Amino acid sequence: MTEAAHKEPNYIGVFWWLLVLTVIEIAVIYMPIAKFAIAVMLIVLAVTKAALVALYFMHLKFERITLGWIALSPFILCVFLILMLLPDIFPR
Amino acid sequence: MSEVAALHTGAQANESPLTPESWGKLGMWLFLAGDAMSFGGLIVGYGILRHASTKWPVPAEVLGINLTALMTFVLIVSSVTMVLSLSAIQQGDRAKFNKFMGLTILGGLFFLGCQAYEWTHLLHDVLPKYNLSFSKDLFATTFFVLTGFHGMHVSGGVIYNICVFLAVNRGRYEAKHVEIAALYWHFVDLVWILIFTFVYLL
Repeated sequence: MTEAAHKEPNYIGVFWWLLVLTVIEIAVIYMPIAKFAIAVMLIVLAVTKAALVALYFMHLKFERITLGWIALSPFILCVFLILMLLPDIFPR
Repeated sequence: MSEVAALHTGAQANESPLTPESWGKLGMWLFLAGDAMSFGGLIVGYGILRHASTKWPVPAEVLGINLTALMTFVLIVSSVTMVLSLSAIQQGDRAKFNKFMGLTILGGLFFLGCQAYEWTHLLHDVLPKYNLSFSKDLFATTFFVLTGFHGMHVSGGVIYNICVFLAVNRGRYEAKHVEIAALYWHFVDLVWILIFTFVYLL
């Protein structure tokens, strides 16, 4: 059993991070700055939160690298999907 | 090589470094990766439809984010209680497991209740006010498809968690089974974080 090998992460600490980032997200949409800047900030915050959940709650940080690649594959394919659709999104 | 792997990972000598620690966990991860692609396809499709639309209401105005923020909070808390219930059963503390797993199930049910209320409210009061309709406007259609697909996952997760709760108390399931259920539940939470951002806030 390798689960016992790693120290249990501080789950409550992760929870506070998730909460703070959510509050920041809600605050960001009321900020008087350019829409594009808001969008970029929101996406960065959301991806950070998703990564926190995957790394700590789903223990990805403490798993073998194989599972990490499996978890990453849908995101790579999504980026690929967007790239493939770019000609449709921005037609000449 | 395999001896080195065995030293580092605790794997049997006849296993390769790629052999998973738990086949059940690998299976769940593969399922979740496929599921993530379904959500990914829907979210990308939503983004492209939104980009291509000439008129798109401000989501936060139409949908309102107070209730949704509460739902997000509850789902994150239920993820934490899930993690604590797993940690309890790993230490063999059944009473603590029951407490936290029960809270996780309640959190899921609360989320579903909020969503039922939200949908009813949107369909009856809000959408007509903005002259939007479920079947005619992409804004409403994509909203219901995305949140509905996620809501189905939450429903499935609640049923899954109830089954795990009962099986553990009958002595048929152990910590390793709870761990797999926990992966699913955290995934549902993870997807909601993305939907909350892309559908409600952006």
